Amino acid sequence: MQLNSREGTNELRRRLLICGVGVAGMFAGIGLRLYRLQVGQGDTWRSLSENNRIRLQRLTATRGLIYDRNGEPLVDNRASFDVVVVPEDTKDLAATIRRLAQFLRTPDLNVKQLLAAARGRPPYEGLVIKRDVDYDAVVALETHQLELAGVSLDAGPLRTYPYGPVGSHLFGYVGEVSESELGENPGYRMGDLIGKAGAEKSWETRLRGVPGGQQIEVDALGRKLRVLSRVPQTQGNNMILSIDRRLQLFTEQLMEEHEGAVVAMKPDTGEILAMVSKPTFDPNVFARGIRRDEWRQLTTDKLKPLNNRAIQGQYPPGSTFKIITAAAALEEGQVTPFTRIFCGGSYAFANRTFRCWKKGGHGTVDLHRAIVESCDVYFYQVGVKLGVDTIADYAHRFGLGTVTGVALDHEKPGLIPSTEWKRARFNEAWFQGETLSVAIGQGYVLATPLQMANVIATVANGGTRHRPHFVRRIENAAGDVVEEIQPEVVGHAGLRKSTLLQLREALRDVVNAPNGTGKKAKLPNIDVGGKTGTSQVFKMGKQVKTNNMPRHLRDHAWFVAFAPVDAPEIAIAVLIEHAGGGGGAMAAPIAHDVADFYFALTRGRSYQLASGETRHDEA
Amino acid sequence: MRVQFDRRLIYHFDGVLMLLMLAIIALGTVSVYSADFDPNSSRASIFAARQAMWATMGVLAALAMVSFDYRKLERYAYVAYGLGLSLLLAVPLIGSTSNGSKRWIGFGAFSVQPSEMMKLALIIVLARYFHRSMRPEGLRLRDLVVPVLLTLPPVGLILVQPDLGTAGVTCFVVASMVVLAGPSPRTWAILCGAALSVVPALPYLASHLKPYQLKRIETFLSPELDPLGAGYHVIQSKIAIGSGGFYGKGFLHGTQNQLHFLPEQHTDFIFSVFSEEWGFVGAIVLITLYLALMMRGLVVVGRAKERFGALLAFGVLSNILWQAVINLGMTTGMLPVVGITLPFFSYGGSSLITLMAGLGLVINVNMRRFSKDRIPNF
Repeated sequence: MQLNSREGTNELRRRLLICGVGVAGMFAGIGLRLYRLQVGQGDTWRSLSENNRIRLQRLTATRGLIYDRNGEPLVDNRASFDVVVVPEDTKDLAATIRRLAQFLRTPDLNVKQLLAAARGRPPYEGLVIKRDVDYDAVVALETHQLELAGVSLDAGPLRTYPYGPVGSHLFGYVGEVSESELGENPGYRMGDLIGKAGAEKSWETRLRGVPGGQQIEVDALGRKLRVLSRVPQTQGNNMILSIDRRLQLFTEQLMEEHEGAVVAMKPDTGEILAMVSKPTFDPNVFARGIRRDEWRQLTTDKLKPLNNRAIQGQYPPGSTFKIITAAAALEEGQVTPFTRIFCGGSYAFANRTFRCWKKGGHGTVDLHRAIVESCDVYFYQVGVKLGVDTIADYAHRFGLGTVTGVALDHEKPGLIPSTEWKRARFNEAWFQGETLSVAIGQGYVLATPLQMANVIATVANGGTRHRPHFVRRIENAAGDVVEEIQPEVVGHAGLRKSTLLQLREALRDVVNAPNGTGKKAKLPNIDVGGKTGTSQVFKMGKQVKTNNMPRHLRDHAWFVAFAPVDAPEIAIAVLIEHAGGGGGAMAAPIAHDVADFYFALTRGRSYQLASGETRHDEA
Repeated sequence: MRVQFDRRLIYHFDGVLMLLMLAIIALGTVSVYSADFDPNSSRASIFAARQAMWATMGVLAALAMVSFDYRKLERYAYVAYGLGLSLLLAVPLIGSTSNGSKRWIGFGAFSVQPSEMMKLALIIVLARYFHRSMRPEGLRLRDLVVPVLLTLPPVGLILVQPDLGTAGVTCFVVASMVVLAGPSPRTWAILCGAALSVVPALPYLASHLKPYQLKRIETFLSPELDPLGAGYHVIQSKIAIGSGGFYGKGFLHGTQNQLHFLPEQHTDFIFSVFSEEWGFVGAIVLITLYLALMMRGLVVVGRAKERFGALLAFGVLSNILWQAVINLGMTTGMLPVVGITLPFFSYGGSSLITLMAGLGLVINVNMRRFSKDRIPNF
């Protein structure tokens, strides 16, 4: 059929006619709209456009709050007054700022920096001069309002962290959005607050809410006359964490004197109950706008208080790693529970002497005793039999060598060496001698406290590896649950029941047997299982063992624990940096106190009565 | 047929389309000058000068598009489609990001928006398809499978840039071409039925998504849309247009514009700048120009030598129409802000030149309506 045949033409012409009418209709609609806007309502719109009287004010959404698992607030907002200047409304911006510095009694106002900020900002948008001014300043500004054209006080919520430095690595902090963050996060404007670290950062989208705005009419001094239209803001969602505030606070106190980290989690879900990293910092200084000297102090501190050691600190796991070597040995059939090895205090291999921590040796030991007394020689020999790649395989099954995937930024993966890794990294073959170090968690092996907590949780729950998480649910401002965070299984260690049983019995005796290395973690009426670790700090290829060494060369003390052994409710990893003592002496007491406190919380009075007299210094 | 149509129309001479287009471009360039005008500075408007330069290049592009028999495009339709698609595919790889989306590819000082070229290529390929798949009783449902398959990849690629507006316009253009190609009554019934059953399902679907999920979808699709920002833009745009009144505030006297209250004043909101300064009178003149351009274009479609030409011209025109209607609806506050420019009027070289080249094709179809060459029908 062809176009210029009769029917075709008619049909096409009919359709084009309809199109033409449609097009005309659409333009007529637009014309009518224009008539209404320009002729009908023209005067109204014109009055609005005159004298630049219409301003847009952003209505900041109140940021969501953060609660602990029992609904206790951990991160809050409070009312604060910010001093804001609209540069276009001032006669002389620099003079106004200097004036303000007098009234606010802050001689350190950086006029130059503020002037620069004023240039890079859309016209008529306010410039925050100082956040959270005190009552005197509010009064002073109100009285001198007429001399300060263009200056206004904005009331708004200020982020506060009521417990200051407690949990600051986990909660994180907020700050003004930076230039680069503006590029990556559409919908933000200069001056907006954004989560910079921790949960505040990784859960930013839920916490932030939706900012609103209002069109206001202002007078010649830039003061608000009335609101013309308003897009209300939506409050951010609240987060309910799995953290127990009391346990967190208690653990922070325990670690007051130390540098290091403690992680406590629920083995059956991967929920984190407490996460402590020391030294710490006060996130409140970020919320009110951190001063340059404060920032410099935080970032140049040798102890790196901003680092979250629980996820960023990578340490040789030391003897806590023997759990993995033992699991590998049993699974691979390299040893049975009855295999005995003689420890004479050292083991000669490849022209070198590898020492056991116990100079006199342990005598003849089986696997159970080797774990309970942490015999190095036993594990040297088992390590040689297994080979580094088999050990690496089991370490991976427990989640070592990769990030756990907890919802926090900058998590470190640790390191599990293998022949392949060494070839890629150093272009060198693997030396058998190095396997001996790996078998006892030394050498190249590195793990974070959170990873080790997850290892012991995996042993405790029968071999299931969860993604550690610290958020239970998200609720909107009205209290409706909008998101429920479910436990997430990320892997299975794939261990036989007999292996798990063997491991757990040995770990029980580490704490409960008279010859155990972790006796200080023993609780009177609950069975605790655990493993000590004392990881040597390597310096220029030499192991440094003396504790008269400078701090940075001292051993790290580890303790990983779970309890009750038969039905585990809590898994704990304690790391004390450069403790100057072994895991049994330094880290086990902390784990003891954490577990003790936890059971006092969950079991209530009956537990306290049963154990009250014997706490803390029993061991 | 020519006689019948001529009676309805005011414009009789060839090149009317060109003149209408140039008139709109001239008004647009003047507005770009105004949008870029700074009373406190003596510097000349770079934007207006560039826009004029691009218009010149556009005229050359349009003439180039007139210089050959448009029927040749029928043969190379899939080549054009392939080229357009590969350019579009290159955007995520080598494109440049602005405002949270990747839409541009830079070639030295010049950057192009492949989605603009893709639309033209899609129009050509669909014109060819509908030309060949013509049936006396109208298009069956299965005749729409290939057009949908041709449309999905480019629309998908544009959507992930993300450029919701352009993806939407592309779909509108395809739908317009389907309507002209003529679905059978049965196909119409099925399409309408499907649409009617999907539309009520949408709110149901939306209510079953959690608010944060909706929010995520929303911000994914249109990152520049800060809901507050958009509301603000619309209010400022309405203030600008409304305050223009009947006669306007006069050239270079638009206060909304001069004080930078208008966002994207060179591009998306250029019509607000124009209407503030030229008032209702100016706005009506501009709208009449667009209307005339469309009507004249439809005449060309009506007297095209064969289906391919008619569909080609119609596709190009529908692209202009939908962009214009969406942009005008958006600046006057009738439609949501989706970031569509006003064709021939907004600042921007890539878009202007492509649009002018497209109109060149319409003129081409008009010119060769008496030519003896024809595409064999299948």
